[in-house]
Amino acid sequence: MYTPKKHEPVRIGFYVCHCGTNIAGMVDVQALARYVATLPNVVVSRDYKYMCSDPGQEMIVQDIIENRLNRIVVAACSPLLHEHTFREATRRGGLNPFFFQMVNIREHDSWVHTDRQLATRKAMALARAAIQRVPLHKPLEVKKVSINPNVLVVGGGIAGIHAALVLANAGKQVYLVERDPTIGGHMAKFDKTFPTLDCAMCVLSPKMAAAGSHPNITLWSYSEVVKVDGYVGNFKVTVRRKPRYVLEDLCTGCQECVEACIYKEPKFRDEFNLGLSKRKPVFLPFPQAIPPVVLIDPETCIELKTGKCKKTCVEACGDRKAIDFKQKEELREITVGTIIVATGFQIFDAKRTPYYGYGIYPNVYNALEVERLVNASGPTGGEIILRNGQVPKKVAIIHCVGSRDENSNRWCSRVCCLYSLKLAHLIHEHTQAEIYNFYIDIRTPGKSMEEFYCRIAEEGINLIRGRVADVYPDPSDGATGRLIVQAEDTMLDCIMKVPVDMVVLSVGLEPHSDTEKIRRLFNMSCSSEGWFLERHPKLAPVSTFTDGIFLAGCCQGPKDIPDSVAQAGAAAAEAFSLIDKGNIEQEPNTAFVVEAECSGCKSCIPLCPYTAISLLPDKKKAYINEALCKGCGTCVAACPSGSIVQNLFEDAEIFNEIEGLLAPTSF
Amino acid sequence: MENATPSPAGNGSWSPRIIAFFCNWCTYTAADLAGVSRLKYAANTRTIRLMCSGRVDPQFILEAFAKGADGVLIGGCHPNDCHYAEGNYKMLRRFQLLKRMLKDLGIAEERLRLEWISAAEGEKVKSVINDMVKKITALGPLDLPGKFADWDREMTALAHAVESAPVEKEVAHA
Ligand SMILES: Cc1cc2nc3c(=O)[nH]c(=O)nc-3n(C[C@H](O)[C@H](O)[C@H](O)COP(=O)(O)OP(=O)(O)OC[C@H]3O[C@@H](n4cnc5c(N)ncnc54)[C@H](O)[C@@H]3O)c2cc1C
Ligand code: SF4
Ligand code: SF4
Ligand code: FES
Repeated sequence: MYTPKKHEPVRIGFYVCHCGTNIAGMVDVQALARYVATLPNVVVSRDYKYMCSDPGQEMIVQDIIENRLNRIVVAACSPLLHEHTFREATRRGGLNPFFFQMVNIREHDSWVHTDRQLATRKAMALARAAIQRVPLHKPLEVKKVSINPNVLVVGGGIAGIHAALVLANAGKQVYLVERDPTIGGHMAKFDKTFPTLDCAMCVLSPKMAAAGSHPNITLWSYSEVVKVDGYVGNFKVTVRRKPRYVLEDLCTGCQECVEACIYKEPKFRDEFNLGLSKRKPVFLPFPQAIPPVVLIDPETCIELKTGKCKKTCVEACGDRKAIDFKQKEELREITVGTIIVATGFQIFDAKRTPYYGYGIYPNVYNALEVERLVNASGPTGGEIILRNGQVPKKVAIIHCVGSRDENSNRWCSRVCCLYSLKLAHLIHEHTQAEIYNFYIDIRTPGKSMEEFYCRIAEEGINLIRGRVADVYPDPSDGATGRLIVQAEDTMLDCIMKVPVDMVVLSVGLEPHSDTEKIRRLFNMSCSSEGWFLERHPKLAPVSTFTDGIFLAGCCQGPKDIPDSVAQAGAAAAEAFSLIDKGNIEQEPNTAFVVEAECSGCKSCIPLCPYTAISLLPDKKKAYINEALCKGCGTCVAACPSGSIVQNLFEDAEIFNEIEGLLAPTSF
Repeated sequence: MENATPSPAGNGSWSPRIIAFFCNWCTYTAADLAGVSRLKYAANTRTIRLMCSGRVDPQFILEAFAKGADGVLIGGCHPNDCHYAEGNYKMLRRFQLLKRMLKDLGIAEERLRLEWISAAEGEKVKSVINDMVKKITALGPLDLPGKFADWDREMTALAHAVESAPVEKEVAHA
């Protein structure tokens, strides 16, 4: 590889990109190229329409060869986008790729300013800083670290299950960690799914079973990730396994213990059915739960609370000996190379919109409860029976509850219009009831969705455009719990008051309330709404800002099942491509101690978060273990004798940048 | 005091020049986001990208002032969010010391600012920069290079005066 000798004169090539009109529209690119041409060491200074295109890159390669350039500066978009592209072009020209420097005049300049003269002057200052910096650049080598092929998938909804299966089928070892006692997520609660109206469990349960029994998947349900250390390729993860009081390997899922429980009747709130039914202290969340293993709830089990139960469950279990009241929580440590976060969403709590009466009037339900009611394996065996035992004759479905609302959540939850139409169809099918859907707009993006809407609309449901203002008891009828839904019909321009027997609130999707904790755990970012932030909305939609951590499903934003699955496949492929490569290239921005200058004061040693620095006992000098250094530069800034150097960010390079930025520009 | 170097306002009027040190993972990315979202803010900052706010050496800040910056802005990840665990805390400690030092040097507090801006907070990049530009515009130029030149002139004049002074007088003083 060609590296200029010490005495060889610096020859810089400068290139400014128009980016169509994205840059050229606000920055005078010709003036910038002319200005840079006057700066010291600059041999070539050009402007070009699209520097990142093949001809743009080729121009750099040719110039390096023909003009014997030994430094390259490109003023274009953010280095986070194209630094790699131009480093590669620099390398193809025969130079060490680190003889390159990028100047951000799009995101940080042309896109954020409105005065062409000021924007151009700023671009000149930024370019000058780079021109002054590159002569100091040194040839560097990228470090390669090997990558652990195991993958951690967090969250066992449809997204997490799919990602885990894709990787397991490709022969990778996957740890699937699910917080609930069973995998399946929200989809396991649905009866049918839009737009096909096919049975949710017919699609999901084979996948759940496959994930549960796959030789390459270690499924830890009822478990949570509590600690993540390390970096891409080598994450050390601690998982807490909560006690089920049932030994997973020994339980056959026969549920004879449930039958035999001292409580003859189910008495406690059944979480899976959102409290619409009851369970015993020992229970299986639902018949197709994976793993098919019961658990005992310590809050309600007499033995666990008092130690004074007859333990009829243990008797029933007999020789299987699967019940273990002494089980303790366990901490398990695993090492993985990549992580896929697929923790999904929670539904909007309709109590936050009290004018719709949720939690006040028993005949007001949220949509997820209704999913359970229409479900053949739900609490009512698929019959829509109200809390008062009646079958509703008139039903109102209110769209956008906790979505598109300044007072709660501003975003569109994307699936509610469609699931509202689905529920309209299903409720009508089950009860023949008259259905009123109150909507703000009907939004049906996506393949086959508009067709689905037309189909349901033709079935004769009443679609009323208008936000519902109020739900209150029918004053003329107190006994049956009938309700009045009051809305403004914005098509007919009149106030409507519709008496109904049942109100369904189409609650929106929102980030989990513990999002902040999970975000911290995995060192991710969140959008202002609280969804996990992708690295780039278009170019890196399943990557995060932390290398090796990927996103799938609704934790990244509201989406339907097809999109969740597609994203899960993409996340699995991203993880796979890292694993398959076998190693990762790391920026060579590590730090090293110039031994001759180190006074041995040891101030740097406690500063390093990775304990990369130690004192060489014989020499009494600090030493940085390059394999451990992540290149934050904290020790460099703190060394009182200035004896630590950070590659790519050397003091002298930064000083030159400062000087370049503040030098007078004549424009 | 006159500003020796042309300012970003162009057309003769003065407007501050601010050097910004942004960490790669949060604030630099937030500034990218501000761009992608086409937010508009004052054109007075020039950013230097560092991997972490912990890399900001107090000397960088002093150098920026010495070379003519009217303000210095440091942007890092929120507490507990630093990509390298705690570089931002290390910065914060240095920042507090530095603030005291600048005060002793007679440099107004508003000229040095530390902000935690996460990758999602493009809006905050905009509001912080606009606010800082407003405050420093009100303060007027710092112009340390100009002051240095004045001090240099005074020093030479003083040296000159000392040299040409009659020796007896000095003895008398002693
Ligand atoms: C009422 C309703 C009806 C819907 N109907 C349809 C429909 O008909 N068709 C359709 O395409 N889409 C529908 N959707 C959307 C669908 O629910 C989502 O697209 C899908 O569930 C997203 O899957 P997921 O795996 O991303 O998230 P989830 O289903 O939410 O799964 C996430 C999983 O992660 C687990 N988890 C969460 N946090 C942690 C943690 N910290 N550690 C470990 N595990 C964790 C959860 O327990 C859960 O098992 C509907 C949504 C609602 C609310
Ligand atoms: S802080 Fe600097 S001088 Fe002190 S031990 Fe570390 S490298 Fe050596
Ligand atoms: S640069 Fe950061 S990671 Fe590297 S040795 Fe210094 S403090 Fe540790
Ligand atoms: S990486 Fe942003 S402050 Fe450390």
